[in-house]
Amino acid sequence: MCLLEERGGFSFVCALSLAVVAMGFRARAKILDSDDIQRILKRVAHEILERNKGSEGIALIGVRTRGVHLARRIARAIEEIEGGKVDIGELDVSLYRDDISIRPTPDVGVTNLDFDVTDKKVIIVDDVLYTGRTTRAALDAITDFGRPKVIQLAVLIDRGHRELPIRADYVGKNIPTAGEERVKVSLEEVDGVDMVEIGEGELS
Amino acid sequence: MAGEAKNLISIADLSKDEISGILSLASSFAEVLRRPVKKVPALRGKTIVNLFLEPSTRTRMSFELAAKRLSADVVNFSSGTSSIVKGESLKDTAKTIFSMGADAVVVRHQSSGAPQMLTKWVDCSVINAGDGMHEHPTQALLDLYVMRERMGGLEGLKVAIVGDIEHSRVARSNILALNKVGSKVLLCAPRTLLPAGIEEFGVETTVSLDEALGWCDVLYLLRVQAERIEGPRFPSLEEYHENYGLSEKRWDKLEKKPLVMHPGPMNRGVEIASSVADEVEPSIAGQVAAGVAVRMAVLYKLLSGSVSSERFEREQ
Repeated sequence: MCLLEERGGFSFVCALSLAVVAMGFRARAKILDSDDIQRILKRVAHEILERNKGSEGIALIGVRTRGVHLARRIARAIEEIEGGKVDIGELDVSLYRDDISIRPTPDVGVTNLDFDVTDKKVIIVDDVLYTGRTTRAALDAITDFGRPKVIQLAVLIDRGHRELPIRADYVGKNIPTAGEERVKVSLEEVDGVDMVEIGEGELS
Repeated sequence: MAGEAKNLISIADLSKDEISGILSLASSFAEVLRRPVKKVPALRGKTIVNLFLEPSTRTRMSFELAAKRLSADVVNFSSGTSSIVKGESLKDTAKTIFSMGADAVVVRHQSSGAPQMLTKWVDCSVINAGDGMHEHPTQALLDLYVMRERMGGLEGLKVAIVGDIEHSRVARSNILALNKVGSKVLLCAPRTLLPAGIEEFGVETTVSLDEALGWCDVLYLLRVQAERIEGPRFPSLEEYHENYGLSEKRWDKLEKKPLVMHPGPMNRGVEIASSVADEVEPSIAGQVAAGVAVRMAVLYKLLSGSVSSERFEREQ
């Protein structure tokens, strides 16, 4: 059934996912392949460095699950470009969601922020930006850990349909979608392959 | 109210998977308790009533803290201060609580089966925080959590439970839980403190503490519950200590020291020598700390997503 928002790289349209329940994801087109994703992440790393005038004080916080892997890759790219080390954190936002009481009990994953976020330039990294509700939850969670100097948002895909006044600072690719469409992000670390597809139906 | 309220009355109602689900969830909550702000908004707007009709320090505080860490509102009823002393029945108290819009009642009662009765009278979640000599499920879950964290796993783990098995709801819940997760249980007690029909639990028994000590990975000491014991079951507390207490002599003699656990409060000089108690204090304190994380997991599991899937579908 309908799990976490944007979990598995796809989205949060529960009404529709219920309508097509148990039908599985059917890809209609491949939007990005492995090389595309690599190029995008390298470009995003450059943009982050440009906007923040270097890697000083940068902390990348990935939203579980795929955001964490994207954050690690961007961090690696930043380190290759600039040298130096950036902090990386993992965030599970389940406990900060605004729909806990109206959806089936979500599992709670691990949050791992072993550095102080206060005065850091925090960049939230997620795979797909859709309604903005996950990002809202991430903002609340991070501010409970301290007071960053600035919080920015980097996403691999922006598929539109925002329900909150949230926008990304770094966008890998804008993909205009219809509400019932799904964007599925697969990453080597989790899925064994790097690609982004668009299609319909729910992933198992 | 849509859907069935979800309750935790007995370990017997949980499957092995549900138990390990709660333990995994508890590790996530343990991480929340290490954060600078030890609070998450998960149960904001929910009301939890602690109905404690029998003395309790750590369980009540633990449940209260767990609820507050999840941002729920907590109301405490205890026997000394409520209308219970005016003779109000449990049923009427329950109705009152439910009328106040509680989403869950955490109940401790001296009578076995009281939480089960409560589920018939209220339409919210009921959580058993210890009923008579029946069960104390959240204690067993937190004990399993500590064993899993400290020993690395539960499958095949050898756990000796020592002391007043007959009067212990903690022992009963632990035996049920340990059996479900595949641990081995050895009960060690004087025959007078073993309940009749203990064989049905599928556990081994011994009257020799030294045998239990030589065998176990985890030594679980129970409190001698003087208040529940009717009539003489053993000659004196001194003699109990001699035969069934973890004395300094026994402890020092052990080559491989087991993990020592105790549900608290400890009777120093009875089930455990004071000096040994000091030595194992950190692991006992670990049990108390784990209690909050495990109870957060239980509350979260029962109270989040509590709307039935029908209403969920309708609202989407």
